[in-house]
Amino acid sequence: MAIFPPAERIWWKQKVERVELLWIVIAFVWGIFMFLMMPYWHIYGKQNLSNEAYRIDPEVFAERAEAAADKYTVREEGDTGVPVVHPPPGSDAYLIARRWEWWPILEFEKGKSYRLHISSMDWQHGFSLQPTNINLQIHPGYEMVVTITPTEAGTF
Amino acid sequence: MTATTQFRVCPDSGLRIHRPAETLIKVNAVTAVVFLLIGGLFGISIALTRWPAVHLLPADWFYLALTAHGFDALLVWVIFFEIAILYFASALLLNSRLATPWLAWVAYALMLGGALLVNVIVLQGNSSVMFTSYVPMNADPLFYLGIIIFAVGALLGCCVFFGTLVIARDERTYKGSVPLVTFGAITAAIIAVFTIAAGAIILIPTMLWSMGYISYIDPLVYKVIWWGMGHSSQQINVAAHVAVWYAIGAMVLGAKPLSEKVSRSAYLLYILFLQLASAHHLMVEPGISSEWKIFNTSYAMYLAVLGSMIHGLTVPGSIEAAQRAKGYTKGLFEWLRKAPWGNPAFAGMFLSLVMFGFLGGISGVVMGVEQINLIIHNTIYVPGHFHATVVTGTTLAFMAITYLLIPLLFRREIIFKRLARWQPYIYGLAMGFVSLFMMGAGTLGVPRRDWDITGADALMSYDFPGAAYLMMGLNGVAASFAALGGALFIVIAVGSILFGKKRADDAPSILSPAAPAAVSSYGNAGTMQVPGTFVLALVFLGAFVLYYFVNWKYLAATWGLS
Repeated sequence: MAIFPPAERIWWKQKVERVELLWIVIAFVWGIFMFLMMPYWHIYGKQNLSNEAYRIDPEVFAERAEAAADKYTVREEGDTGVPVVHPPPGSDAYLIARRWEWWPILEFEKGKSYRLHISSMDWQHGFSLQPTNINLQIHPGYEMVVTITPTEAGTF
Repeated sequence: MTATTQFRVCPDSGLRIHRPAETLIKVNAVTAVVFLLIGGLFGISIALTRWPAVHLLPADWFYLALTAHGFDALLVWVIFFEIAILYFASALLLNSRLATPWLAWVAYALMLGGALLVNVIVLQGNSSVMFTSYVPMNADPLFYLGIIIFAVGALLGCCVFFGTLVIARDERTYKGSVPLVTFGAITAAIIAVFTIAAGAIILIPTMLWSMGYISYIDPLVYKVIWWGMGHSSQQINVAAHVAVWYAIGAMVLGAKPLSEKVSRSAYLLYILFLQLASAHHLMVEPGISSEWKIFNTSYAMYLAVLGSMIHGLTVPGSIEAAQRAKGYTKGLFEWLRKAPWGNPAFAGMFLSLVMFGFLGGISGVVMGVEQINLIIHNTIYVPGHFHATVVTGTTLAFMAITYLLIPLLFRREIIFKRLARWQPYIYGLAMGFVSLFMMGAGTLGVPRRDWDITGADALMSYDFPGAAYLMMGLNGVAASFAALGGALFIVIAVGSILFGKKRADDAPSILSPAAPAAVSSYGNAGTMQVPGTFVLALVFLGAFVLYYFVNWKYLAATWGLS
């Protein structure tokens, strides 16, 4: 029994029963399959996290974000006048995370791709786009760059 | 030290029990249950806050309670109980004296002191940084110190465990190899050493940073090393609760391992490959390569998951073998139908096995897939997963074995026996639903660690669909039942220890004799066929494969990201 030493002293030489061996093989094959799915998706799938990231000073990132906002603001929203920034398709968009907001509001065109740069001014922030449910972790001092392509129109 | 007064012989098992070891086991286990109560109280207050219609706690108290709940439930309750298991698996199962009991008491004092310190500091309100305390959020220096002290205590406990193994071998208190349960405990202790080292490496500098002696801690580096402690500590729990499953199978049904070789090899896979686990928490971080993420999140091509899947067959398989040898051979599942479901130790153990596998294991592997994590990270799906693993898995298994340890070590009968029969079902199933509802809400995007999902202060808030609110409400209801089940456990456990009828030395044994062995041609438990278990394993695999591909489908429906 499991609470006593093994009944057969030389337990490591016992043959393994067929059912157990079969299960081990099945489980192993499934594991390898799951492992290979990840590189497969990197090649053929449309959702992957890019590996592009840079160390950056929060002030520098803020300057770039504000510069982009100045260039491409199309209107403002809300009492505090948050800019709505509409960058040209294929270009760089900047998003700042800080307590307690994401800034600015970005306006993208459906079916077009954008290089989205995200960084935090202060703490770690959880970026969560709903209802699409894309979630990223944003760090201060690190700039994450992802190429994002909205496939639907709406407010997110 | 006289041999006779230092030891007693267990009337149920025949094992030679070292009295100082037994005292330490009892004290650590009781302390564990006290912190389970504290952690549970914080837990129910959190569930009732995340239930939008109830919204019990105000925001600052919510984050405070969440920090405390994480620490007390995930670290303190579980590790105190595991220290008890370590001493049990070494001194008691090996008929040996415990190495340096005085050091084990020092370890206990450090763990208790550290745990109390952290709780006091968190209750002061300035350290609501979550149990993960992500830099650059700053907690009180004593917060970090308390965790470090607790961890040092646990490490010393592991040292006492290893020392006991050496002594037992040296003094030849047992013949041959250590029992499988002890082997599992060794696995847990080895992983614990690595885990605590990782924790010390990151928390000592972080404490110095919070005191102003170090100017900067890189937030990415912090996460990589912290999760070397954070997730690896969960693997300690897996090794420990699997050992508990085997122990309960043996004690209640006389089950023998189908193959000592297979089960021990599966534990070895844990030791070799589980340490890569911190990657699970870093799937959607900047600055870490996909290659690193893919290799580590899969625990080196899922070799450690293979270990769990093996135990998932061999644990119920050993029970089926024992039951069939006793005559329950009708059809595929008579062995299961006629199993002692009225015995709370067995019920808790089997529920723990099924829910850990189906709810916890499958969700864990799926959300650890590098790309699928995009739709999972920071949602309340994550707590859904880990309540399945560490609550319906580890906690329920530990509750189950308590029903055996109280009669065996405290020599008391269990009180409220009828209620005790129901307790694992109430707690286990309710917690299973808690997990399911949290996972459901998370699939709809509901965030974790968030006091208010209506986003009331935001310029552009998002209206979660009604189903999400429904899930959070149902979660609150399920958690209330689970709290009832938890309270019941505490009342029964503490009540039995204090007021249970004392068991005389000649009381009938509560342990099952070893199940009769059939004619043995190969394998340790005879040539036992376990078709029922194999069918269950295939059902598990089917569910796994289905759920895996369903989540790829969900991912493919989102925007393009590269």
